[in-house]
Amino acid sequence: MSNTIKKLLATGLLAAATLPLTAVAAALEPNKGDTTWMFICTALVMLMTLPGLALFYGGLTRSKNVLSVLVQCMVVFSLIIVLWSIYGYSLAFTEGNAFIGKFDRLFLKGLTPESVAATFSKGVVIPELIFMAFQGVFATITCCLIVGAFAERAKFAGILVFMVIWFTFSYLPIAHMVWSWPGPDDIKDAASLEAVTAKAGWLFQKGVLDFAGGTVVHINAAIAGLVGSFVIGKRIGFGKEPMKPHNMVHVMVGASLLWFGWFGFNAGSALEANGTAALAFANTLLATAAAVLGWTFAEWVLKGKPSLLGAASGCVAGLVGITPAAGFVGPMGALAIGAAAGFACVWGVSGLKRMFGSDDSLDVFGIHGVAGILGAILTGVFAAPALGGTGIFDYITNAASPEYSIPGQVWLQAQGVLVTLVWSAVVAYIAFKIADMLFGIRVPEDQEREGLDINSHGESAYEN
Amino acid sequence: MKLITAIIKNFKLDEVRTALSGIGVSGVTVTEVKGFGRQKGHTELYRGAEYSVDFLPKIKLEVAVSDDLVETAIDAIERSARTGKIGDGKIFVAPIEHVVRIRTGETGASAL
Repeated sequence: MSNTIKKLLATGLLAAATLPLTAVAAALEPNKGDTTWMFICTALVMLMTLPGLALFYGGLTRSKNVLSVLVQCMVVFSLIIVLWSIYGYSLAFTEGNAFIGKFDRLFLKGLTPESVAATFSKGVVIPELIFMAFQGVFATITCCLIVGAFAERAKFAGILVFMVIWFTFSYLPIAHMVWSWPGPDDIKDAASLEAVTAKAGWLFQKGVLDFAGGTVVHINAAIAGLVGSFVIGKRIGFGKEPMKPHNMVHVMVGASLLWFGWFGFNAGSALEANGTAALAFANTLLATAAAVLGWTFAEWVLKGKPSLLGAASGCVAGLVGITPAAGFVGPMGALAIGAAAGFACVWGVSGLKRMFGSDDSLDVFGIHGVAGILGAILTGVFAAPALGGTGIFDYITNAASPEYSIPGQVWLQAQGVLVTLVWSAVVAYIAFKIADMLFGIRVPEDQEREGLDINSHGESAYEN
Repeated sequence: MKLITAIIKNFKLDEVRTALSGIGVSGVTVTEVKGFGRQKGHTELYRGAEYSVDFLPKIKLEVAVSDDLVETAIDAIERSARTGKIGDGKIFVAPIEHVVRIRTGETGASAL
């Protein structure tokens, strides 16, 4: 263990990421306000995928493929939430080793209306059932995000096989590494802090900050999508035929629903209805607005016209960028992160995309990858108390720690990013190969030309 | 008898129809078409991808008129469809060999 990390442990620099573990003292009763708040947030996060993300993605495809994306979102959502209840929640959020949990909650065993989960505040708990559901909808949107990268050509059965493998071997370990810990209730002194920390996930122990899922959700999904775009190959006619979004109205409605639902995603990650949730809420509003302006003006200056697709894409870029930082940075830090994400992603979907040379159809990496990485790194900068951030909460003194090293935290953030990129990329590659061997990962050429809606799903969205 | 075919801007259709009715033209066939001329197309930009749209939407109007109405009809279309900007369209005139009104079997100019 390096000196830096020893020091972090000693000062309690591990503070918060989303999530606690199970079993806190049975005497603690959930507060009705906190509980209600988590119900609302869980439903809001579900709204992000169905119909938010589905509409956003569906509008971006050509009209012959819109239903294929909608059905992929709806079925993958359902598949993942079922797997989550069977083994996902257990492996991600029970105490195991630093990389993965155990099967203590297999089939949600022992999860009763009386079970409680810890939060980030000592003595505050929420019903574990709603904690399970809240974390479950995070897993679903992460998997649904990936389908954008290989939209308009992937085979439905292959996608489902890929999802089962990737969810099990990438989402669950990364979520465990970043978010799993026993909660703060037993921390009284340096020794107990070390004991609690030792039970946490690997990246959490290191001190990586990820408030609502910049690494676990966005970078994780984005790199898996990028790998998919390489393995599956380009759409027929990519770069030669026009592949215009077929309905920009859907795109705008979808992006707006994502923004609305994201209040549950970010502010809900505080796990209580408190000041930290309020900070995350305000930051989600401000960073996103700054990103819409950032993308719009960048596009206006560089490409000549401010487009609706630019504004909607900037909205998503800002939401992704502020996700890891939401409860750690001040409102002005949020504006800076949002604007930076808006600018950076204009490059992500043009210059960077050309560099990769692959056909990431709906720019999953260009937006979720670029804004996710930028947001993770900038969290290390703007979480600094000197820049208006909250700093790191010290559970020994029960106050924000006065010590904060920007370079030190940025390096930790970079490690979180790198681990996620490599882990997810490797798992995704293997998962796509297995899916390809089992059922095939791409539809035949004539079916792709005619469209997936009629060929894979037997229906069409519009009368011709 | 002549068949006048005019390619005009979409938003000029109403004015042209009114002008033609005003000079006693009793029927017009309208089709939505796409094409290019000197106006050429335009480019659309979606994130990093730029697409050139080579064919612009226009309205094609077909009017069959008796010989004595040809000049007035051409004049009416020309005046009502003109904006003075590029892309106003064109008028083509071709002779008609034969006309039949299906309901009554009338032929020639009386069938128009």
